[in-house]
Amino acid sequence: MSRNETDKTKETILEIKDLKVIYQTDAEVIEAVNHIDLNILRGRTLGLVGETGAGKTTTALSILRLLPEMTGKIRGGSIFFEGHNLLEVDENWMRALRGNAISMVFQDPMSSLNPVLTIGEQISEVIRLHEPDLPRREVEEKVDSTLNLVGIPASRKAEYPHQFSGGMKQRVVIAMAICCEPALLIADEPTTALDVTIQAQVLAMMSDLKHRLGTSMLMITHDLGIVAQTCDDVAVMYAGEIIEAGTVEDIFLNEQHHPYTTGLFQSIPDINKKSDRLKPIPGLMADPANLPKGCAFAPRCGQCREICTKEHPVLTAWGTHQLRCHLFASSEKEQERGAE
Amino acid sequence: MYKYILKRLLFLIPTILGVTFIIYAVMNITPGDPGRAILGANAMQADVDAYNHMLGYDLPFLQKFVNYVQDLFLKGDFGISYFTKQPVFAEIWPRYGFSVRLALMGALLSAVIGIPLGIYAAVKQYSLWDTVPSVISFLIAAIPGFVVGMLLLYIFALKLNWLPSYGASSLRHYIMPMLALAIPPAAQNMRFTKSSMLESIRQDYVRTARAKGAPERTVIWKHALKNAMLPVVTQMGLTLGALIAGAVVVEKLFSLPGIGSLIVDRIPFKDEPVIIGGTILLSVCFAVIMLVVDVIYAFIDPRIKAKYVKMKGK
Repeated sequence: MSRNETDKTKETILEIKDLKVIYQTDAEVIEAVNHIDLNILRGRTLGLVGETGAGKTTTALSILRLLPEMTGKIRGGSIFFEGHNLLEVDENWMRALRGNAISMVFQDPMSSLNPVLTIGEQISEVIRLHEPDLPRREVEEKVDSTLNLVGIPASRKAEYPHQFSGGMKQRVVIAMAICCEPALLIADEPTTALDVTIQAQVLAMMSDLKHRLGTSMLMITHDLGIVAQTCDDVAVMYAGEIIEAGTVEDIFLNEQHHPYTTGLFQSIPDINKKSDRLKPIPGLMADPANLPKGCAFAPRCGQCREICTKEHPVLTAWGTHQLRCHLFASSEKEQERGAE
Repeated sequence: MYKYILKRLLFLIPTILGVTFIIYAVMNITPGDPGRAILGANAMQADVDAYNHMLGYDLPFLQKFVNYVQDLFLKGDFGISYFTKQPVFAEIWPRYGFSVRLALMGALLSAVIGIPLGIYAAVKQYSLWDTVPSVISFLIAAIPGFVVGMLLLYIFALKLNWLPSYGASSLRHYIMPMLALAIPPAAQNMRFTKSSMLESIRQDYVRTARAKGAPERTVIWKHALKNAMLPVVTQMGLTLGALIAGAVVVEKLFSLPGIGSLIVDRIPFKDEPVIIGGTILLSVCFAVIMLVVDVIYAFIDPRIKAKYVKMKGK
């Protein structure tokens, strides 16, 4: 592994280009991820936002090459991590990366821990897999220190997952993910299954760990509050496409937005404004097995025009802020497809 | 945990009482009597009645039941066989040992064949590893057990003359009966293991194990298998129980001295002491197997163990 060589480049740690992923079943082909581009910069957190089924988790699993074997297929593009295209390296290479240089925190801590192994065994397994020469005693010391880091007393490492509460289980999952000090941490809705007070604790802990370990992070969420709290950059995903991307400031402060992003913001209650009811986005997300020809959001869009149902919109960029919408494509700003 | 085991063992007492009572009741309502069966169809009715009286068969069944239970629990006496006039225990104990031995070997063999095949079929679903064993296993499930035994006899004893066809005097005698006993449950074990593994390898924690960078071997044998073993262990326990009592057909086919065939042989003679004694031993054995299964459960799954420990605390 050549992790040291790339330390000098302060830029992109993970670069996804033109990634296309499908799920193929006997009945249909589901176009889960459609030609997306994503960049994660060293030490920064990218928030990947979108509703259920938008392809966020599929993107994350593609990075680790853990898509369901029978159905999930990567149909194009590249994922560069520290100079290597992860879609071309062999399985042993991937295994050495997983849990070590890139690790993942899954959505549901209740089911992502093995019920028949103690949490100590489950954490030490990661260390033993990636540092097989480390003496047993040092492995245990590392387990203890990682547990302390996530706020679990090391004395509880001989206990089984069912003896922990939901929030504590997610801490264990996070301990498993960070014990080898990954360069990139993928967090797939890490707090969705937790109640609000625990959510705040876990998020604060993750931010703290990120700064302490200098880890880059891909934060997958549908919660814009979490984005504002933890992310540096944001990409909004809809029907397998990035429809808007930029820094947190671009997304939260700029005037111009993709109608879908505007819709997302309008679905959150605002304590400062008096309004009778929220404005949810009408309709359901486009069927990924049967995507519309033009803009995938057109059927639900209040500002839909004729061109939206006919032509696929291209990416328009203003500095760091990118939009994929016909409303802005024809404006005076310059057009750039796949701009930096 | 120990308290729980002790409690379960104490449950054996009502079990034995219930089994004894049911058999006396069933014997009481079925026609025929030992006197007629032993003396023959031409014997005088008076002689038959006298014979039955001598055996104590003509007592009311509740009284017989109470007498039997008293003898069993106070003196450990299983009574005297109506048919052979031998002490029942001396008659059933060696046969019982034989049956348990045979069933243990059969169950072990069925596990050794069935479980790995089931794991491979699940891991390599839709490949030849899956389809070929699955088809064979369905085929075996559709064939009655004795046909397997007869096929074995035909091939290995009659045609090839490799193995002896009856008796139990050497290890070679055990090979065919063991196979005949093991093949049908092996097919069942395979299907059970496969479906259980299929469920377990789709769980989130298996994905977590992969995301840790664990090699596929570890993912399957460490993370998935342990979770998939619970239903398989239950199945194994039931198989073992069924093989001890239910090996009658195989015992008959290979002329083996098992407990199942002894009980079946004595039913026409209404040899109550042997039938009841044999059945009590079988039910005790079955209860102990189920207890062992539960203890194994606790060792596999810490959540189940936690429940027992809580019980102990009460």
